[in-house]
Amino acid sequence: MAEQFCTPLNLDQIERNFAEINPAMSSPEALVEANRCLYCYDAPCMHACPTHIDVPGFIKKIASGNLIGSARVIFDANPIGATCARVCPVEVLCEGACVEKTLLQKPIEIGRLQRYATDHALTSDKQIFTKGESNGKSVGIVGSGPAGLSCASYLARLGYDVTVYEQKEKAGGLDTYGMAEYKMPQSVSLSEVERIAAMGVKFVLNTRVGSESHTPSEIAAEVAPAIQNPKSKIQNGIGSPPSEGGVDAVSADGVVLSSAAGQTVSFSDLDSWHDAIFLGVGLGETNRLGIPGEDSDGVYDALAFIEKIKTREWKSVPLGKTVAVIGAGNTAIDAVTQAKRLGAEKVVMVYRRTEKDASAYAYEMELARKDGVEFAWQAAPVGILAGENGSRLSLRCERTDGSLELFDIPCDMIIKAVGQQKMRGFFESVAGVSIDEKGRVVVNENLQTSNPKIFSGGDCANGGAEAVDAAQMGKLAARGIHFSLSGENVAFAGIIYPKIFSGGDCANGGAEAVDAAQMGKLAARGIHFSLSGENVAFAGII
Amino acid sequence: MADLNINFAGIKSPNPFWLASAPPTNMGPMIERAFDAGWGGAVWKTLGEPITNVSSRLASLDQGALRMIGLNNIELITDRPLEVNLKEVYECKKKYPKHAVIVSLMVESKREAWQEIVKKSQDTGCDGFELNFGCPHGMSERGMGAAMGQVPEYTCMVTEWVKEVSNLPVIVKLTPNVTHIVPPGHAAQKGGADAVSLINTINSVMGVDIDTMIPYPNVNGMAAHGGYCGTAVKPIALNMVSELARDPEFNIPISGIGGINNWRDAVEFLLLGAGNVQVCTAVMHYGYRIVEDMIDGLNNYLDEKGFASVNHIIGKSVERVTDWGNLDLNYDVKAQVNNEHCIRCNLCYIACEDGAHQSFRFHEVDGKRYPYVLDEECVGCNLCALVCPSPGAITMKRVDAGGPSESWRDRTSGK
Repeated sequence: MAEQFCTPLNLDQIERNFAEINPAMSSPEALVEANRCLYCYDAPCMHACPTHIDVPGFIKKIASGNLIGSARVIFDANPIGATCARVCPVEVLCEGACVEKTLLQKPIEIGRLQRYATDHALTSDKQIFTKGESNGKSVGIVGSGPAGLSCASYLARLGYDVTVYEQKEKAGGLDTYGMAEYKMPQSVSLSEVERIAAMGVKFVLNTRVGSESHTPSEIAAEVAPAIQNPKSKIQNGIGSPPSEGGVDAVSADGVVLSSAAGQTVSFSDLDSWHDAIFLGVGLGETNRLGIPGEDSDGVYDALAFIEKIKTREWKSVPLGKTVAVIGAGNTAIDAVTQAKRLGAEKVVMVYRRTEKDASAYAYEMELARKDGVEFAWQAAPVGILAGENGSRLSLRCERTDGSLELFDIPCDMIIKAVGQQKMRGFFESVAGVSIDEKGRVVVNENLQTSNPKIFSGGDCANGGAEAVDAAQMGKLAARGIHFSLSGENVAFAGIIYPKIFSGGDCANGGAEAVDAAQMGKLAARGIHFSLSGENVAFAGII
Repeated sequence: MADLNINFAGIKSPNPFWLASAPPTNMGPMIERAFDAGWGGAVWKTLGEPITNVSSRLASLDQGALRMIGLNNIELITDRPLEVNLKEVYECKKKYPKHAVIVSLMVESKREAWQEIVKKSQDTGCDGFELNFGCPHGMSERGMGAAMGQVPEYTCMVTEWVKEVSNLPVIVKLTPNVTHIVPPGHAAQKGGADAVSLINTINSVMGVDIDTMIPYPNVNGMAAHGGYCGTAVKPIALNMVSELARDPEFNIPISGIGGINNWRDAVEFLLLGAGNVQVCTAVMHYGYRIVEDMIDGLNNYLDEKGFASVNHIIGKSVERVTDWGNLDLNYDVKAQVNNEHCIRCNLCYIACEDGAHQSFRFHEVDGKRYPYVLDEECVGCNLCALVCPSPGAITMKRVDAGGPSESWRDRTSGK
């Protein structure tokens, strides 16, 4: 293998390149901006937010100098509100709907105001939400990404003993490992995790959930009692003395379990330990291109590349002088911009279709353009070859404009950003829940899967969307779990009930009459709940 | 270019914009700087027995990010020796003979004291006097300022003392800290005043520091009520000016003061009967330079409206102010939402729903939800149009047939 190329830039330059693209607001700036908000009633921004944060409400609290109150409004509807303040595509969500955009072409900077309020809360001593009085019930959450964190937070508020299982060494999922560094450093996500841990939520890190029939006894011996007895505090490491790394989210009241090396707990044990389980496992490996040379040295996965950057160990991040990034989604943008910011001389975005087919947001595409990224549209990769004339690799592409012409892009590194696989295997053989033809976990409006004890949300259930969408699904799942275990329907902030309901073949894609009958019944319950707030239990609703 | 020259109660100035007696007119060099900037006249910071001021002495009312929409002060009259001030008045007037220099006066309530200071001052070449019967703080505790203006008999008496010896026009500055402004106005007129000026500042406590729990402005842990002025007081001033202007018994000129920031504010005062205007807070905020646009804007306004002289608009709106009992009960307007300008902030909806007559509903037009007005519920109060941020989105449309008017007076007098 050739010597590993890495960033040629000095530390100062790199730090400048990776400084947060939307800087914090100063307090005078926040005050002016907050006062510019019209305080719309039944505001369009609130509707546009997937978690339906009361945006005018939190902004007016900034204006009045009530920053903790402002952060409470945000976290009440979105437990990862500090992360979302930085990574949400606000241009197409809240700020895109702002009436000031209609009136003045200048929407209120909702994202940065949200950051202002949540930063204040996360750096203050005030713990906004705390664990509710224990109700003696326990929920296991698999995956500590936005969906899992959100679900854990709401369940803790309701008094559940919540244990989150995370296979990585830090909690937060894509919030921690998958956000472009210039949008958000890891510390933001970790401080949100910390606040959720401080609500009594236990995080079992470095721990995979698998199909093994038994959890290794030494792990079970440590995990199970901790779960059954929430008062017991087990710090850092199962069966090993406290060590340094591994625990990034311990707070005074939180318990974080972290095995030194990867461990596996069995799903069936999880099932026996908990009254309900939430699956927020996200998506799996990056899709394969299925072209020759795909496994060559110098071919990387975009998520792995981004994750490596998150360590901020700049010199250890693999880089090429010339980098070809395959794909044109938002992850591809994160890869091209960061490769450029690390000092790659030339970065080419390669996409088999046209620019207008690219799934990246327009403002993201604009950012890539500003960073000096080049584009190869209508170029379908067909093979990865050894490079010539000093280049390590050569990405052979075929024109999809009808010419079928072949051409080579010389490069030193290829990054694949072509979407992620669904974790079909996990759902089918580990968790045993139904998935649809696209590999998504099938859930009802309570986010309940085909197994009534198991709930799911986030990318694994919606196929892949924004962190804010996952946060909302975590919230809806918490409501669903609580309803399922207690029969009580809670109204968390930002649960807006739909006006239009659907069921039967048009909603399930075509099934038996009996399935349609059940959907009709569920819809009737949904409509009644939406209009009256009352939840009725018709026969056969589990 | 319209003619902006005025002759206010015998005092000529190149435009109707005067600086009010206040910190911006503390001393000669300041007033000369103001005249260079374009101010037509200045009322000198009140002369009298020099006093000792406290520190701090100003406090501000802010609205959101907007600074100083109201200002309050506990500063007293001049703290400089009378002779120094008078010398500067003389020099200033010599340098700026065409500008109006008015000397504001306040001394203890004795005939000799008033007459002595008038005699000393009128040799300076100044154009007139303004008797400060208005300051509501500090001096009033010593029987001066508002303590005079609040008792019409005193107002009349002191004005008479001054008029006995003055050979210059005398303006009496009235306090707004009275239940009705007309009796003090009449008293000044009766005492022989050539004009009145109003309003002086309003009694106020500006606020409290909620951390230290000490009200503003903090003077070593204590506070006292002060005089309130600035943008926020303009409606109070306009009411008092118009009350005097429309009083049939009152017929001396009025110098309008209170919350004037720009030419528009000034035009409103002139329309309601002021013969000129005096400005302080806006200058304290932004400096003398604001007069440039006041002159320019007034000129353009007069040209656009076809008035050859600023004097032609004075009092134009006075006859449009009447008692409530004379208003037409048959006049009827209703709000109407114009979707092409509506930005769907729904502020009209919530304002009406919780603050008026619950006459708004929503409907869907081209897939978007717009507020609309139920005519039968709308009382034509204006609230929705007032809160609407988008010009043209709500119009108040006349819906009555334009038949004969009927006022409450008509109705109750059996006509």
